[in-house]
Amino acid sequence: MRSDRSASAPLGLKIAAIGGLAFLHIPILLIFLYAFTTEEKSYQFPPPGLTLQWFAVTWNRPDVWAALTLSVKVATIATAIALVLGTLCAAAVSQTRFFGRETISLLVILPIALPGIITGIALRSAFSFADIPFSFWTIVLGHATFCIVVVYNNAVARFRRVSGSLIEASMDLGADGFQTFRHIILPNIGTALLAGGMLAFALSFDEVIVTTFTGGQQSTLPIWMLEELIRPRQRPVTNVVAMVVMLVTFLPILAAYYLTRDGDQIAGAGK
Amino acid sequence: MTAAVLFENVSRHFGAVKAVDAVDLEIAAGEFFAMLGPSGSGKTTCLRLMAGFEQPTGGHIEIFGETAEGVPPYRRSVNTVFQDYALFPHLSILDNVAYGLMVKGIGKEERRKAAEDALAMVKLPGYGQRRPGQLSGGQRQRVALARALVNKPKVLLLDEPLGALDLKLREQMQEELKTLQKSLGITFVFVTHDQGEALSMADRIAVFNDGKIQQLGTPEDIYKRPQTRFVADFVGSSNVLSSATCARLGVPAKAASLRPEAIAIGTSWAEQLSLPGTVTARSFLGATNRVSVDCSGEKIIVASPAAMPVPDIGAEVQLAFSRNDLHLMEEA
Repeated sequence: MRSDRSASAPLGLKIAAIGGLAFLHIPILLIFLYAFTTEEKSYQFPPPGLTLQWFAVTWNRPDVWAALTLSVKVATIATAIALVLGTLCAAAVSQTRFFGRETISLLVILPIALPGIITGIALRSAFSFADIPFSFWTIVLGHATFCIVVVYNNAVARFRRVSGSLIEASMDLGADGFQTFRHIILPNIGTALLAGGMLAFALSFDEVIVTTFTGGQQSTLPIWMLEELIRPRQRPVTNVVAMVVMLVTFLPILAAYYLTRDGDQIAGAGK
Repeated sequence: MTAAVLFENVSRHFGAVKAVDAVDLEIAAGEFFAMLGPSGSGKTTCLRLMAGFEQPTGGHIEIFGETAEGVPPYRRSVNTVFQDYALFPHLSILDNVAYGLMVKGIGKEERRKAAEDALAMVKLPGYGQRRPGQLSGGQRQRVALARALVNKPKVLLLDEPLGALDLKLREQMQEELKTLQKSLGITFVFVTHDQGEALSMADRIAVFNDGKIQQLGTPEDIYKRPQTRFVADFVGSSNVLSSATCARLGVPAKAASLRPEAIAIGTSWAEQLSLPGTVTARSFLGATNRVSVDCSGEKIIVASPAAMPVPDIGAEVQLAFSRNDLHLMEEA
C-alpha cells in the first residue's frame, strides 16, 4: 500500500475522524458544563443558569473528603506495594533464567487480563474463607493485584534493555548488590518505574468493581460517585468531583507518557 | 614468587556441558597472558572464574595467594574490560571512570583527579563531560580501560578487548596495550580468538579447546612447536603430516607439523627433506603466494615468497624443507 504523506486526506475521512473525536470528548465537556448548572435535580440542556456555588458546597461536604482521602490513601499504598513487588519480579524474570520463568511471567500478568469482576469475586471469597474482615487493607490488596502488573510490565521492558554486563561491570568495579541497584539499576529503570507507578495510581484511583467486592463499609471516590448518582439531591456536586478526578488521574498519565518517551531516548543513546 | 593467578584442577560444568574441565594454570605476576581458542572453548569462562562472575564446580583458584572461591566480584582486586565495554549509559565519562572509586567512598575531588589522570593515560584527556553514546568504539574501549585501571587492580582481565574494532585501530591498540602493560607492571590476562593478536601481544599463551588447555607456552613455542593437531591447525594453519607421510620422509612419528612458510618449492639440497607432489591450486596474497600441493594424497600448503616464481596448476614439483622445521607431535 502506498502512503503519501504530503497529500491531504479526503473530506469524508476528515469528517469521520472529527466525528469520532467529538463522540469521545463532548460527553466529558458536558460533565464539566453541568458542574456549573443552577439546576440540581436533573440535567437539562441548556442549563437554566450558571453558578460557582457547587464548588463551595462540595468543599463543605465531609463525605466527599472522606471518599477522596480514602481513594488517595488506597492508591498510594497499593502503588507502593506494586512498585516494590513489581520491580523485584521484573528483575527476577529478566535478569535470571530459572525453571518456570515464563509461567511466572504469565501468572503475574494474568490479573489484568481477567475481568475485574472475577478478580473481585475470587478475592472476596478468599478473604471470607480466611476470615479476614473487609477493611481498608483488603481494598489495598485488591488494588495491588492489578497495580503490580502495570509496574511489572513497565519495569520488565526496561530491564531487558539494561544489559547484564552493566551489572557485572558495577560489581567488578567494587559495588555490592545494594550499590549496584542504587547507582546503576535504579537510574536506568527509574523513569519506567515512575511511569508504571503513575499508571498504577490512576488505575487504582478510579477502580470500582474490585473495590465493591473487597471493601467493607468504606466508599472510595468512584463508589461514592456511583451512590451519589442515584440520589436526586445536589447532583452537580458529582460533576465537580468528576472534574477533580479527571485532573488527578489525567496529569499523572500525561506525565508518565512524557517520562517514558524521554527514557527511550536516554536508554537508546548508550547502545 | 606468588603466582598472580593460580588454577588447580579447576572445572566449571553447566549441567552436562564441561565449559572448563580440570584446568591447571599458573600466571606469573606482571605477565601479559593470553587465553586463545575458538568460541565455546572455555577461555571466557576461565576469565569469568577469575573475575568472580562464575564459581568453579571443582578445583581451587588463588589470586595472589588468596583463595578466590566464594569471594564475590566486588571483593576481588581484579578488574575487567568487557567485550561490549559495558559503560554506564546514564553517567558521564568522568563518572564512569570514577565509579569504582565512588563506591569505595573516596572523596569527590580525589576521585575526579584520579579519573582525569586515568583518562589522560588512555589518551582521552578532556573527554570527561561527554556521554558514552557520544564516543566512537575505539574511544569507548579506552574509557573501559581507564575505568578498570583507575582502581589499580592487581590483575586486569580483558575479554576480547579488540574484537569490535576495525583492523587499523586494532593494530594500534595492540601496541598501546602492550606499552601500557609494561609501564604499569600489572598482570594482564586477555581472552581472544585471534591467534595473530595473541602471538603479537602475549608473553605466554594458553590455547584452549573443549574446556581444556591444549598447550601453554611462549608465542614462539606455540607457533613453531605445536603439540597437538588442534594447536597446529588453530595457530596459523600449519600443515599436519600423517604418519604415512612421516614414514616416507624417514621420520618415525604419529604426526608432524610443518609451517607453510618453512617449505620451498623446487630444488632440494642433500641435508633437506623433500616430497614430490602436484600443484592443485594457487592464490596471490600480497607478500606471499599460497600454493596447494598434493603429495600422494596429502594436501600441503606452501607459503612461497612473492618474489619466487609460482608453478602452474598441474605442475610436478619438489617440496623441500629442513628437518628442524618438521615438528613431531605425540598424537595424531
